[in-house]
Amino acid sequence: MSAVSKQFPGVTALDRVDFHVAAGEIVGLVGENGAGKSTLMKILGGIHRADSGTIALDGVPVGLHGPADAGRLGIGIIHQELEVVETVDVAGNVFLGREPHWAGPLHLLDRRRMETDTERQLARIGAQISPRTIVRRLSTAQKQFVAIARALSMNARLLVLDEPTASLGSTEAERLFAVLQDLRSSGTAIVYISHRLKEIEALADRAAVLRDGRNAGVLHRGEITRDRLVQLMVGRAIQGAPRQAVGTGAREARLRVDRVRTQRYPLAEVSLTVDGGEVLGVAGLIGAGRSELAEAICGVAGLVSGRVLLDGQPLALDSPRDGVRAGICLVPEDRRGRGIIAAMTVRDNLTLPALGSYARFGLVNRSAETSAAEDAATALTVKASSIEAPVATLSGGNQQKVVLGKWLALQPRVLIFDEPTQGVDVGAKAEIHRLIRRLADEGAAVVMISSEIEEIVAESDRVAVMHEGRITGILDRSSSTPESIMQLAIA
Amino acid sequence: MTRKELGVFLLLVALCAIVAIASPQFLSVTNVQNVARLVGTYGIFSIGVGFVIITGGIDLSIGSICALLGVLLSMMLVEWRWPAAVALAAVIALGAGLGAAHGLLVARLRLQPFIVTLCGLLLYRGAARYIAEDSTKGFGTGQGFEWVRALAAGSVGGVPMPFVLMCVVAGLAWVLLHRSVFGRHLFAIGHNAEAARYSGVNTRAVITWAYMLSGILAAFSAIVIAFYTNSISPASHGNFYELYAIAAAVVGGCSLRGGEGSVLGIVMGAALLQVLRNLVNLLDIPGSLDFAVMGAVILVGAAADRLFGRRVRDGNA
Repeated sequence: MSAVSKQFPGVTALDRVDFHVAAGEIVGLVGENGAGKSTLMKILGGIHRADSGTIALDGVPVGLHGPADAGRLGIGIIHQELEVVETVDVAGNVFLGREPHWAGPLHLLDRRRMETDTERQLARIGAQISPRTIVRRLSTAQKQFVAIARALSMNARLLVLDEPTASLGSTEAERLFAVLQDLRSSGTAIVYISHRLKEIEALADRAAVLRDGRNAGVLHRGEITRDRLVQLMVGRAIQGAPRQAVGTGAREARLRVDRVRTQRYPLAEVSLTVDGGEVLGVAGLIGAGRSELAEAICGVAGLVSGRVLLDGQPLALDSPRDGVRAGICLVPEDRRGRGIIAAMTVRDNLTLPALGSYARFGLVNRSAETSAAEDAATALTVKASSIEAPVATLSGGNQQKVVLGKWLALQPRVLIFDEPTQGVDVGAKAEIHRLIRRLADEGAAVVMISSEIEEIVAESDRVAVMHEGRITGILDRSSSTPESIMQLAIA
Repeated sequence: MTRKELGVFLLLVALCAIVAIASPQFLSVTNVQNVARLVGTYGIFSIGVGFVIITGGIDLSIGSICALLGVLLSMMLVEWRWPAAVALAAVIALGAGLGAAHGLLVARLRLQPFIVTLCGLLLYRGAARYIAEDSTKGFGTGQGFEWVRALAAGSVGGVPMPFVLMCVVAGLAWVLLHRSVFGRHLFAIGHNAEAARYSGVNTRAVITWAYMLSGILAAFSAIVIAFYTNSISPASHGNFYELYAIAAAVVGGCSLRGGEGSVLGIVMGAALLQVLRNLVNLLDIPGSLDFAVMGAVILVGAAADRLFGRRVRDGNA
């Protein structure tokens, strides 16, 4: 791809970007959110059309007028927003749009071929999913496997993966890397987009960095380090949030989870406490029951048994509303589905839970509401053209700030973050970490679930590690290292 | 005005201009009064259905509720000789009760709105015919409840009461929808019910209220319509009203997927439909074609909105 440019209303998404990848090469494509990575790949996939510039495959210029063109040319793309059809089974998704069929006028589906082939592709990435499972029943990580299997089954010559590990645990991610390395040695060209710079470091032969829609630099294998990548991405050095010493003064146990059993793991009991002012990291592999625990604590899902106590008082939790009223707020993992209301404005999202406090007799005082939303947006450094802009137009990191921001006005006593920085760029990530710490400093008890071990280690005061619904260990600051956490998580 | 409201407004003005030029009778006092009366009558229940549509639901029961409550109103006043105020209160309470039942079935039992209210459509029509023994009901000489007739079918200073009532209802609905916490919750639920629930919005209660408001406004217009037609044949009274309501809401900018719509848009949508019917009348188009004309104009309007809207979006790009 050379000198590719693309304009969107109000912004130049890409400005004369050059990008190339050779057969048998893995190129890491990195950049902050909004740097233009996804746009570039959408052009490659035929979803957007470039305003100018050329795209050549094996040296021959090609015209990409739609996703079908890309497929025919052997370009397979796994998008960040998983494109799976929830109501169709796994095999149906893998072969969607190119279903094998028997000869004859009826084009009857060749189910057997679909299923055996799907099984083979899933086995390659070590995913144990039946091809007949309806996709809706799968976890996010499993859906990710389905999307990967789909791309693999196309025998793509050029494979693009946009944040493929965003919802995968470490073990699953490593299996994926092995598959990618296999594909590389068999001559596939691979473009790998990720915010997890460690992965780029480990995997990429070359790393291309985009910044504000322009080429910002290329690093070759050996030169790729986290620090150099970050420097190119942001054009400035990022300061990590300084780790503060944790006060050891007597603090009340703000949140106590007492022998709670969730519907996912009805046999496993979980007990833990979180103090006000403390950040408890919750680590574990995908499917360890962390999100289920979080949802039980804030009332989204019912408990099978056990109690949740806030400042010593047992809570009756039947709905998220009960949790919110008690002061327990959740920043959910599924940002688009449960966190934001994408079509509504930044203001409407920020003030939704506390709207009643800007109202009199049920009527909203619009100036009070607007100034509260403006304050929150400023405090959180939400980057939006205005608070009247729909949240859908914001980058992932800024959307996440909005989800967090809507709780601030309620002054929550317990805040639960489920994968708070998933799909969030480096700059926004550091800001979100600072906000989490600030909320704890202001006295909230914070629970932070994350699949990124570095994040858990860096941001938590204590770490609880879960495995198959149980807590397998609680580590304090001095003993929490990636190695000790992984040990407990695999247990 | 939003872009959508402006679009409906321009369409309405253009249509009025065309009819007025083609038939000077359109602007005659009698005709304007007639159209206003119909706009008022249909506008009231269209606003109610609009609330439901904004939550992402649908209400198909309006026409049958009008028939059932119309029959009951006539029997209360004429046959059972209830005091007028009691009869009115009973009709409104019944409408609220039926709406609340729909709401609870949708919000608590998680039944699909289409099915719940479709069953309502069938049930209440059957109930109306059974109660009335399939015979036409009316209000006779109206002795003892003249004031109700005046309130429902009279006029103030030449303005028909239904139109006045609709303006009052629209004003209250506008405040509720566009300025209240409840209204914001309606939109939030329509756009993303899960996110609203996770934000602590009492989604079940809000949805139940939306259906209940639809039932109350249906009861309200049932009273107006009963006195307007003055005779209620249970098999045909109120037929297709639910479709007028849905058409008014959609023409006025509501999305059937929920989350979008405005009171002003719905009212203009209702007005547009009545002007179209009037056009069929005045331009000597065979009356049998009036549904066809309405369908064609709405279809052309929707297609134009799509095409024109896309041009605007690309123009910005």
